[in-house]
Amino acid sequence: MTDMRTPLGKVRGLGSAKEGTEHFWRQRVTAVANVFLISFFVVLVISLQGGSHADVVAALKNPLISILLLLVILSGVYHMKLGMQIIIEDYVHGDGVKFLALMANIFFCAAVGLGSVFAVIKIGFGG
Amino acid sequence: MPDVDMKGSRPLSPHLQIYKPILTMVMSILHRITGAALYFGTLLLAWWLIAAASGPAYFDFVNDLMGSILGRLVLFGFTWALVHHMLGGLRHFVWDMGAGFGREAREWLARATIIGSVALTILLWVIGYMVR
Repeated sequence: MTDMRTPLGKVRGLGSAKEGTEHFWRQRVTAVANVFLISFFVVLVISLQGGSHADVVAALKNPLISILLLLVILSGVYHMKLGMQIIIEDYVHGDGVKFLALMANIFFCAAVGLGSVFAVIKIGFGG
Repeated sequence: MPDVDMKGSRPLSPHLQIYKPILTMVMSILHRITGAALYFGTLLLAWWLIAAASGPAYFDFVNDLMGSILGRLVLFGFTWALVHHMLGGLRHFVWDMGAGFGREAREWLARATIIGSVALTILLWVIGYMVR
């Protein structure tokens, strides 16, 4: 088959969506991070379940736990933003609805992420 | 071109309901479904963390809800979705390396994903109850 791409397009290597492999790469980077971070998170939840408010606060006041939990939230939320974007692009076809959904995805992830980060930081700083 | 029907009765490529469900396909679909479920499941995480930041009274209220039978059922499903999505992700890493595409390998990976996710979820909960 004849290659229909222009030499410039080939050099840029960004494809028809003009974004190249950036989305795929970020998905994989956050996925690798999540393997370790979510494993930590699961262990943390198991050790805290059934504990009182004081137990949980005491654990989250530990800077190492606090920082790791912030990383869990950041990497997790970014990964799910990327994933839900793919789902929307696959199934939502009307332009108007699609852009609304893509925007709602970002708003949701930002709200969940910021809410969780604020809570962890508030506890970590002694609130 | 007045005779071309641009919208209505154009032939479509066959979709999901045409195919017999096979394990690799079900695992692929489950990967997406668990991903979407985890997406909304993060609301529980945010709620729990904000409750902890709000003080003992509200935290106890949320903790009791999550510790109820229904709450535990939801959290058990959450755990399974998390483990399943992670194992599915590890399977994608194997594929990213260019391995695991053969007939035997992909069947084995699909089986390992579902058996592994159920077994690991139960194991995690057993550990959870033991350390309590």
